[in-house]
Formats: sequence, structure tokens, C-alpha cells
Amino acid sequence: MAAHLSYGRVNLNVLREAVRRELREFLDKCAGSKAIVWDEYLTGPFGLIAQYSLLKEHEVEKMFTLKGSRLPAADVKNIIFFVRPRLELMDVIAENVLSEDRRGPARDFHILFVPRRSLLCEQRLKDLGVLGSFIHREEYSLDLIPFDGDLLSMESEGAFKECYLEGDQTSLYHAAKGLMTLQALYGTIPQIFGKGECARQVANMMIRMKREFTGSQNSIFPVFDNLLLLDRNVDLLTPLATQLTYEGLIDEIYGIQNSYVKLPPEKFAPKKQGEGGKDLPTEAKKLQLNSAEELYAEIRDKNFNAVGSVLSKKAKIISAAFEERHNAKTVGEIKQFVSQLPHMQAARGSLANHTSIAELIKDVTTSEDFFDKLTVEQEFMSGIDTDKVNNYIEDCIAQKHPLIKVLRLVCLQSVCNSGLKQKVLDYYKREILQTYGYEHILTLYNLEKAGLLKPQTGGRNNYPTIRKTLRLWMDDVNEQNPTDISYVYSGYAPLSVRLAQLLSRPGWRSIEEVLRILPGPHFEERQPLPTGLQKKRQPGENRVTLIFFLGGVTFAEIAALRFLSQLEDGGTEYVIATTKLMNGSSWIEALMERPS
Amino acid sequence: HACLVLFGPHWGAAVRLGLMNRTKGDEEEYWNSSKFKAFTFDDEDDELSQLKESKRAVNSLRDFVDDDDDDDLERVSWSGEPVGSISWSIKETAGNSGSTHEGREQLKSRNSFSYAQLPKPTSTYSLSSFFRGRTRPGSFQSLSDALSDTPAKSYAPELGRPKGEYRDYSNEWSPSDTVRRLRKGKVCSLERFRSLQDKLQLLEEAVSMHDGNVITAVLIFLKRTLSKEILFRELEVRQVALRHFIHFLKEIGDQKLLLDLFRFLDRTEELALSQYREHLNIQDPEKRKEFLKTCIGLPFSAEDSAHIQDHYTLLERQIIIEANDRHLESAGQTEIFRKHPRKASILNMPLVTTLFYSCFYHYTEPEGTFSSPINLKKTFKIPDKQYVLTALAARAKLRAWHDVDALFTTKNWLGYTKKRAPIGFHRVVEILHKNSAPVQILQEYVNLVEDVDTKLNLATKFKCHDVVIDTCRDLKDRQQLLAYRSKVDKGSAEEEKIDTILSSSQIRWKN
Repeated sequence: MAAHLSYGRVNLNVLREAVRRELREFLDKCAGSKAIVWDEYLTGPFGLIAQYSLLKEHEVEKMFTLKGSRLPAADVKNIIFFVRPRLELMDVIAENVLSEDRRGPARDFHILFVPRRSLLCEQRLKDLGVLGSFIHREEYSLDLIPFDGDLLSMESEGAFKECYLEGDQTSLYHAAKGLMTLQALYGTIPQIFGKGECARQVANMMIRMKREFTGSQNSIFPVFDNLLLLDRNVDLLTPLATQLTYEGLIDEIYGIQNSYVKLPPEKFAPKKQGEGGKDLPTEAKKLQLNSAEELYAEIRDKNFNAVGSVLSKKAKIISAAFEERHNAKTVGEIKQFVSQLPHMQAARGSLANHTSIAELIKDVTTSEDFFDKLTVEQEFMSGIDTDKVNNYIEDCIAQKHPLIKVLRLVCLQSVCNSGLKQKVLDYYKREILQTYGYEHILTLYNLEKAGLLKPQTGGRNNYPTIRKTLRLWMDDVNEQNPTDISYVYSGYAPLSVRLAQLLSRPGWRSIEEVLRILPGPHFEERQPLPTGLQKKRQPGENRVTLIFFLGGVTFAEIAALRFLSQLEDGGTEYVIATTKLMNGSSWIEALMERPS
Repeated sequence: HACLVLFGPHWGAAVRLGLMNRTKGDEEEYWNSSKFKAFTFDDEDDELSQLKESKRAVNSLRDFVDDDDDDDLERVSWSGEPVGSISWSIKETAGNSGSTHEGREQLKSRNSFSYAQLPKPTSTYSLSSFFRGRTRPGSFQSLSDALSDTPAKSYAPELGRPKGEYRDYSNEWSPSDTVRRLRKGKVCSLERFRSLQDKLQLLEEAVSMHDGNVITAVLIFLKRTLSKEILFRELEVRQVALRHFIHFLKEIGDQKLLLDLFRFLDRTEELALSQYREHLNIQDPEKRKEFLKTCIGLPFSAEDSAHIQDHYTLLERQIIIEANDRHLESAGQTEIFRKHPRKASILNMPLVTTLFYSCFYHYTEPEGTFSSPINLKKTFKIPDKQYVLTALAARAKLRAWHDVDALFTTKNWLGYTKKRAPIGFHRVVEILHKNSAPVQILQEYVNLVEDVDTKLNLATKFKCHDVVIDTCRDLKDRQQLLAYRSKVDKGSAEEEKIDTILSSSQIRWKN
């Protein structure tokens, strides 16, 4: 079912199976027929670990989305709410329970909190007078969800804001718990490296949790050699830039949610010729994107400029394969051809989809405005004119381009200049407030608090030092056959990934000076292993590093890490974990203030 | 190799291309020339044709392979959701009320599914057991019961709960035991911690566990049992707990206590912003205006203070304009409102939108009125550039070309007129084109663009033939003129004009 999770160096299907098992256990606690009422946000992440068939096997007969007023009719014994621990959802649940028809058959209510029970929520249910109505109130620790063979995410939208704005460590606690789960399944990770305040916290929590569970010695042979914990605020720059890999651009333009993307249907015409033109579908076309699809696995991490040639090559190969039928003469040959047909059909379908997607993306990337935006971004990242008001940004505001786009650019400029000159900052602020509304003063304040948009203090710009030492800007970039991670942004090498790369070789000691400029402490911890579990690496065998991005990671960074994993003499393979898969826009959006 | 140039020059080159130009020539030239040229696709082997090729290949295969019988592929409904996925199933199973007969039949057959036949998978280990120690079947006592004012309730036996759990309950637990139990989701009463010292120890234990849920639990207890002054004082020296407390107050919307806390901590800017934020939740414009008025005196930074003052003034102004214009519109006597009925109320719109509105409906009003554009410009110190852009967009939308003309005409003291645009005439042209100005008007402004390359580009883009032809003539660029000849209509006046120029013996062509 999820074979692609076991393709990588670490078999993440083990994790998936474990969380599935726990789900089954909970369902069996509520004996009899069931209906599940879903917090809609959860259906996406749950879809990655279970299909409806699994629920059906455990007598789930009906499923609804959580909505106000009455529950829809359902002739079942149990009603189970699957929800995130959020106060506003508790109000809706209470409404559902209170409007339950007393004359109808009595039904049992249960709540499953994902990923954790929350006292605050239970208090709210109590205040609303419904807490006693629930028989089972449990938690389902779906902390890290396997997305792909080398990718795990907590899909926690608010994590960055909570950690860096509110200073609430709850999501760090979940991250630490997720890491404990991984260690329970894949063995203790002998070495922990980290950079950043939150990274330090998570490491502390892990060490403490380990101490508390000393009763059961972990006897699993360690799969991971290292863990690298990275704070998002160590590298605020990377997510702000426009990702230029295939997957990154799909995400930038259409938004990938739980490995699904919704696309405008026009390019995905009805399949049969002759039928076309009449009733074009109006509903968005939804596609799943992961490495289970061979072609997608091959092209997703490429610079978009290198995708077209792969697609056209594939087209030729597939055409040739279908032509083979003319050469099939004997019964044996025909049989052979027919046996390959299903695979060829799948390949053709996949090629058709990605050709259409590439066309959609190309419409955007060849637009004048996209090019202008990219030019400005690249100027900032290479350190040009970051200290004065930028014409293009001014134009974007004047033409009332989407506020998020403007904020991304202004923040990028600020980060690439270690903060803006007060005069420049005030100018942008004023323009933004006058054009988009004064209430955005609240959003600007949040951005400032997160360090994304701030006045330069001490009159010193550290970015050039960081850029040069870490070689963040590469002048000779090869988008077709890359030799360096900078290909993912056509010139800019993501800072976060550069840190990972330098850690594996030659080690962070070589960049002490830059590490001191970047925020938060850097550290190393060892978790001792019993002698029997210590690994003796074969010559030429790669290390496996689990890299955890606290506060979110972009697809371009993932692509850069995969590039490093595939290097022949790289020496390290990466498994990536994060609190949230994100891009610059979803990130800024999460920091904006809205009416409560 | 042509194959390497796929989508035009590769992106890395974009900036370097720009850099070279920038060091050489002036900024204007860079902005206006290099980028356009990057987007010409005349290479046969470019990306577009590659994509077309794969599309062709794919399409030709469609005839050959029938799509209906790919049984071994995962079934996917049109929306792409695999049939049987969770979100798909929600739609399917929830759509039973009032759905089609067919749908109901489908559901019936789904529900007649026999569960008894399915083997229940036996569990070897579960994630939760790693953390909770042994699994605790049927433990559904809530943490909050422990915190209630009547803790006795939690002693009531509940069905399905093993006896052993009750015996666990003890009054002897230390704060650290209590916190550990809370964390494991077990029942613990906090009420018995009466001394301040005990309560603070409880808080410190919770903080050291890092579990936000437990920290919040203890904070709720402290909030209920400590006086505000003591609570604030103790939180001030415990930053982690303090941050959780602030987040908690925001979550539950206890604005009053939050403001008190900020005041106590002397965090003035947060206090001001937090109070100001409340206006987002006030719908009624009058009430919102009154609320904003109370925000003016709050301790914002000097810069923000001015913005808050402007916010108030703007809404005050909008309320007046809205009432007046609604009246004018419904009276039906004013031409502009009859011809162009308002699409939405102006209330709560940003300043620039308000300026646009006022340039659209109230352009000619004297400066003394609240709704006049000039008055807005002065009151809010709108920069010239911003003002001209907005007025231009509004007047162009109304096709008031005379006003557009006046916007850029300046007279010197001798009475000579001169055209001047603080935003650059290339921007003027773009905006006019966006508002579908006729070619004669466009032409006039394209001609005013100073930079020759930009002028030529714009003229070509917007089909201002005369400008292109005259410019080529002035540049003595025979080749470009010849090339342009193929783009104009056969037998048109433009073609004739080009031919006349080309055959002229007066011009010394440079090529």
C-alpha cells in the first residue's frame, strides 16, 4: 500500500505500521458500530497513514466533517470525534453533543485528540457542560507522519509562531516525543548535533525523557548515526526565496497539501478524443505527488529548467516502447508485450500529467513579472542594493500585488541586510499600511518579533560574511547537471543545507565564526550505546543523518538534501523531519493577524 | 548547445546578465531593456516545443490504449482522490440524506458489509505504550476533574475502570510526583497544594518537564488560587512559564487579564498592540471608530502612533463619505453614481483604495470637502508619486483623458506648458493600456518616454505604429524598419508610410 516508504535507507513503513496499529487499538476500544466526526484539517494527514478500508474493518460505518448544530443521522452505537486540541473545535463538539436528540437511541460519545490531549480543551468542554458525556477521551500521538521514504512531518501549522513568537514550547515537546518514538523503533541515535535555541530545548527534552525511561533498555540496533536539530530562525532567508525545483514550484504556485495538489482542470482534458470540448470539468484536478510515481521521483528535485528535456526524452522512450508491438511476431513476443502494457500505460498517464503540470508552471515562470521578481531576489541574495528602497517592491505595492508577495520580498531584503535602515523600514511600513490597511501594523509587528523584518541594529551588516564563508551565492550554477546544492535556487545555496553539509565534512569547527553570528547556541551531545549495539561501519558505507527542521522546511531544501544523499562520495544520507512542510507564502500567512 | 537553453537564459544568468548591464549603463536601461529580450522564444529547440512534443506523443498513444481497462492501477475519482481515501469516504458516507436513490443503494451495500468475517489484527506493540508505560485500558479520567472546585467528583467510580487506579490516589505525592502523573494523563488533585511555596514548586516542576499541556494545567490552577499581584510577580521571574501564560490568555481570550499583565510587566508596546488588535473584532463602524479613538493615546512607538491616528481619522472620514454617497446614490440625481453604481461600501478600505474612490467619484470637489482627493492627500501626507498613480488609474478607468492630460501638464511662469510625470511615462503608458485607452492617447504618452529602447519596446507592444516608424527613422535603423514592415497590415497607411520613408533619399541609413 505504501511501498514507497520503504524505498529509502530507513524503512519508514515500520513507523506507519506502528501508528496504524495504535489507531486500530483505539477503534476496538469503542465496541460496536461507529461514526467518525472529523476535524477537517486532520483528514489530510490521516490519509497518509490509513484508508477508509482500515476504518471499515473496525466497524466505522459513517464519517462526517465536524460542523456546528446537529450531527447528521447515523444508526450507530458510537460517535467518535477525531480532533486537534483546539478550543474553537471544542465549542463545535459541545454544540453537537447538546443538540443530540434525547428521544433517539442512546449513543456513546468519544474523543480522540491528535496528537495530544489538552487540559485546556477538556476544561472548555467541562465549562460547556458536556465533558461527562464522553466515555473515552484519549490521545493519538501522531507526532511524525511519514510522507515519503525519506521525509517525515508533524504538519503542525502553528509551530513556528508558537516557538518563535509566543515562546510556547508545546510543539517542541511533541517534536521531542516524535523523536523518542523514532528511537524506540529505529534505535538510539548515538550523536546529536544542534544549532539554535529551540534545538537546544528539544535535545534537553530528549535527554530528560531518555533518563525517565531507563527502565526499558532499547535493544534495537541503531539505524541513524546522527541527529541534526536545526532552528528555522537560524536560516530565515531560504524559505523567503522562490523555490526553483519542480516540486518547489508546484508548491509555490498551487500549494501541496499532505502530498496532494489541486490543479486547474483545463489542461487535464477528458481522456478520449472526440469527447473533448463539450463538458470540461470545473472541479479542480487533484493529484497525489510522491516517490511511488517513478517519473515524479525522477524529476521533482530537478531545477525546473531541467525538467522539459527529461519529459521529452521519456516521451520518446514510451513512444518507442509502444511501437514495439509491430515487431512482436510470435505468440511469445506478443505475450511479452502485453504483460508490459499495464506498466507502460501507467508511465504514459504519469507523463501526460507532468507534461500538463510543466506547461502550467511554465506559463508562470515565463511571465515578465516572475522574471522581475526573481531578478530582485537574486540581487538581494548576492548582496546588491539591499540597503535602499527597491523599485520593484515599490511597484508591487503601487500595483497592489498580493500583500504576502510584498512581505516576502521586504523580509528577504531585511534578512539579506541584517535588518533594514530605519528610514527604509519606515518607508516600506508606511507604503504597506496605506495601501493594504493600517491593521497590518499587527502583522508587521509579528514579522519584526520573528526577526524577519527589523531595523538594523549596531549599523552592521553580517550577511556578506555569512554569504562568503558559507558560499551561499554561487556564480557558476549548472541547472542541468548540478554539482552543488545551489542549483535548487539557481545560484543561492540554502543556508540550512550548507550547515548540514559542512557538519558532515569537514565539521563545524571550520565555521565557528559564522556559527557565532547566527542566532542560538550550537552543541553536540552523545547518547552512549551498549557495546553490543555499537556500529562498525563498513568502508564506503554512508552515514545516515536524521535532520530535523524546527519551524518548517521547504521542498527546495529537501531537494538539496536529496542531492547530497545521492552524491557518490558524499558519505551521508539524509532522512528529513520537520514540524511543517512549508513555503515562504504559507509561512508569512501563518504569521499574519486575523480577527479572532 | 541549444539544448541547454531551455526556458530562455537560465535563471542564474538572470541576475548576472543584469549585473553586467548595471555596472556598464544606468539603472533605467537595465530595467527596461535586458529583461524583455530574455523572453523571446525563437529557438526551435526550446522548452515549449519540447513540452509540445511530449504532449503530442502522449496524445497519439491515447488512440492506441484504451483507458477503461487499467484495472490494476489505483482507482481514482476525477478529483484525484483515490477511491477509498478518507476524505473521499467522508463525502460518500455523509451524503446519505436526500441523496439520489442510486447513492442510497450504494450505501446500503456498503453497510451490509460483514465485519464479523474480518480478522482483527493483533497488536504487538503500540506507540503509546512507549510513553505511558503499560497501556491503561479505559482510563478516561480527565485532568481537569482534578482541578475542579469539587474534586470529590473524581472519586466516583466509573464503568470499565480497573480498581487499581483508585488506590493510586494519594495525598502524599510531592509536587514532582504530581507533575509526572499529570503528564501521564493520570488523575491528580492540585487543590491540596495550599502554600505559595508548594504551588511554585509545582510550576517549576512542570516547566522543567517542558510539557506545555501540564504547564498550562498548573497555570490554570495558579490563576484560580493566587491573587493577581502575586501571580504576576512570580511569573515575572519565570520567563518560560510567563510566555506560556501569555499564550494561554490569548487562547482563551482573557483580554482584560492580559492587558493587566502587560501593564504590570511594563511591556508597553505589547500592551498597546494587544489593545489595538481588539478593533478587528468590532463590526459596527461607529463603535469601531470610537474604539480606535481610545487607542490613540496608547504607548505605541512614535512611528506607529502616527499610523494609529491616521487609522482613526480615515475611518472617521469614511463614515462621513459613506453616509453622504449612499444618500446621493439612492437619490439618483448624480450622474456619476447613476453611470457607475458603487460596488461596495468604502468603510474599512485602505487609504489608497479610499483615495482611488475619491478620485473616481469626487475628483472635481474643492479642497475644503472631506471627500476631495486633494484634501485626502494633504491630511494623510500622501506622496506625490502615490497620488498621481492613483488619480491616473481612476481617471483612466473613467476614460477622462482630459483629466489625465491635466495631471501631467505643468506650466512655468512664462506660461509654457511642459509634460512631467513623477512616476515615469513608461508607467503611465502601462496604466493607460490596462484601462484600454485608444491608440491615439497611448501614442501621445509613449512618445514622452525618454529612453529610446523603452519607447520602442512599448510602442511595439501596444501597436503604436507611428511611434515605431518615426523612432526607427530617427535612429536611421533601416533593418528594424524593414522588419517592422512585415508586422503591419498589407496595404495599410502604415505600410505606405514605411515605404515612403524607405525610399527617401534624404535619410542616411546606418545599416
